[in-house]
Amino acid sequence: MKSVDRRAKPILTPAKARLAAGRMGPLWLLLFRLAPPSWSDYVIKHWSGRGFVVAVPYLWLLLFFTAPFLIVLKISFSERLIAMPPYEPLFGWVDDIPVVLEWSFSSVMAFLSSIEVYADLDKYEFLLKNTLYIESYVYSIWVAAVSAFWCLMIGYPMAYAMARCTPTWRNVLLLLVMLPSFTSFLLRVYAWMGLLKSNGVINNVLLALGIIDEPLTMMNTDFAVYIGIVYSYLPFMILPLYTNLEKHDPTLLEAAADLGARPVKAFLTVTLPLSMSGIVAGFLLVFIPAVGEYVIPSLLGPTDQLMIGRVLSDEFFNNGDWPVASAVAVVMLVLLVGPIMAFQYFQSRGAEEERK
Amino acid sequence: MAEKPAANPRQPERGKEYVRIQNVTKRFGDFTAVNNVSLTIYQGEIFCLLGGSGCGKTTLLRMLAGFENPTSGQIFIDGEDMEDCPPYDRPVNMMFQSYALFPHMSVEKNVAFGLEQDGLPKAEISQRVGEILELVKMGQFARRQPHQLSGGQRQRVALARSLVKRPKLLLLDEPLGALDRKLREQTQFELLGIQERLGVTFVVVTHDQEEAMTLASRIGVMNRGEIVQVGTPTEIYEYPTTRFVADFIGSVNMFEGRLTEDEPDYVRIESADLGGRIYVDHGISAAPDSTVWAAIRPEKIEISRERPQGSDNTVGGTVKEIAYLGDMSVYLVRLQSGRIVRVSQPNAERRNQARITWDDSVWLSWDPSSPVILTQ
Repeated sequence: MKSVDRRAKPILTPAKARLAAGRMGPLWLLLFRLAPPSWSDYVIKHWSGRGFVVAVPYLWLLLFFTAPFLIVLKISFSERLIAMPPYEPLFGWVDDIPVVLEWSFSSVMAFLSSIEVYADLDKYEFLLKNTLYIESYVYSIWVAAVSAFWCLMIGYPMAYAMARCTPTWRNVLLLLVMLPSFTSFLLRVYAWMGLLKSNGVINNVLLALGIIDEPLTMMNTDFAVYIGIVYSYLPFMILPLYTNLEKHDPTLLEAAADLGARPVKAFLTVTLPLSMSGIVAGFLLVFIPAVGEYVIPSLLGPTDQLMIGRVLSDEFFNNGDWPVASAVAVVMLVLLVGPIMAFQYFQSRGAEEERK
Repeated sequence: MAEKPAANPRQPERGKEYVRIQNVTKRFGDFTAVNNVSLTIYQGEIFCLLGGSGCGKTTLLRMLAGFENPTSGQIFIDGEDMEDCPPYDRPVNMMFQSYALFPHMSVEKNVAFGLEQDGLPKAEISQRVGEILELVKMGQFARRQPHQLSGGQRQRVALARSLVKRPKLLLLDEPLGALDRKLREQTQFELLGIQERLGVTFVVVTHDQEEAMTLASRIGVMNRGEIVQVGTPTEIYEYPTTRFVADFIGSVNMFEGRLTEDEPDYVRIESADLGGRIYVDHGISAAPDSTVWAAIRPEKIEISRERPQGSDNTVGGTVKEIAYLGDMSVYLVRLQSGRIVRVSQPNAERRNQARITWDDSVWLSWDPSSPVILTQ
């Protein structure tokens, strides 16, 4: 971190503030004169709105991410209990609590040592020893990765075509990409059921055309899960790619052609490397929510192979085992956040090295 | 017309014809960007396409590079018809106005790009890249990324990249546009040196007449999609053939008048605009009594307090404005007819007590060979 003081300069200098106060009338002037100079300086220096503006996203993260995560983490360390809430408290007291009679180091330490901590890691041990969970994790990551890959394969040409259109067409196409999201997500997944099932639209059409003799089994297969995820998350791939590709300077491709690169070569050596950040962003935007996807595999997916989102919900609602469910959630978060943070770290370090 | 000026010492012996543009027209919808242009460019010369924005010069250049196809007409490069020849197959390289350096590649990689497309061996590529970077004095920046370079350095890299394939024809689109004045001047001369050493034919597009004058062995002035005049810088400046060219290149005082005496060895023009007569010491081809325009460059007009001899080519006025530019001063003189005339005089003496000042009554006069008589 740089040690540069990035604090905004106060808009009001003390001298200016006193001048302004002077204009407001003698009473204000008197107040300002009476207040110790350090007070007025403090107010003037720190009462810029900047601090508040910066604090809002942090506060949001603290309230709606960090705090719930810590609660889940806490639950994952405790034991299951048939009660409400259905887990044991993490802290307890030894039988006779010493009363703090005087504020001395030894008495406070005696008080603190009477707190018992019941945390243990046996839920995590349970997860790692049980193939059901490990398989679910691997299966989820595999499904998410394959789906993200197909989103990229389908989304890249679409984003590329959009970026090459005239501005009017661009906006129309952009709207068309986002338009399906105006309908309920659940409704659209149900629609896929109608399309994919044995007596669904696709099978009926193919049978009527005589292309197949008996209905294809598409429902409750991996294929259906891929279809569902790719269809639902395609906009999250297209949008970052489009914003990236749209910024590309078309003269770069002209320069490549001028230097003897055929169109395919120019794409591979110029457009593709320059769109890498868009590819990574789109991939992560599809991959991360797809790993924890619950609705699509539940409705379209195979019944014998569960994705981790389904396992998690089963643990919570069917088994009522909150600690194990929490542990599943924590492990999933670590599995996802770990690689992303590592990736970001290496990328920013690479960028810094380039700048040197 | 009077005797042609001596040959430009920089202009090479006219080489063989290298580029032939034949009746080329380019339309974008209803708009005609290039209108029936025919042009021949010879090997080893620096040809400048000069014109204001939207005159079609860049479109013409892009057609040479192959990024646009002519609506009609043909382009021959080295005797070959370029129709259906994509940019990546043309023996031509271009230096883009924006430089178009690949932002994700180092300087080295940028320059090597063209050679890699030809599938040359690695050792040869690195040797040629090194040589060309030395030529443009960018050897020590080989590993930098384009965003780490200044505008002038990027321009050199762009030049190196377009030269490294040793093209016979190099197209330059406003090559010095983004540089500041000092750097531009210096780079102009470096560009000339490089061109001389490599013997490449340059086609330069520019809107900057100074750039065109310094670089070009020949200039083609363009206006509204057409080539108005082609000639050496001296020809263009001293012998413009139309009012547009006279006005576009440098500054000029234009007087409308009537041809009163039309003899084979002199003409006299009566100009109400000037409030006097203009005598020119050579014949022109125009109908007697027709309307003509006399163009006189500011530096060819003498300004003095005393009335010169003779009544032709002399007119009185008052100094309205003086711009001191250091090396010279520009005077704006109001004539009795109300016309403002621009006169420039070199400041040869450091301390000139008798220097003409505001509101002085002055006489303007010029040599009978100075005015250029234009009929269109």
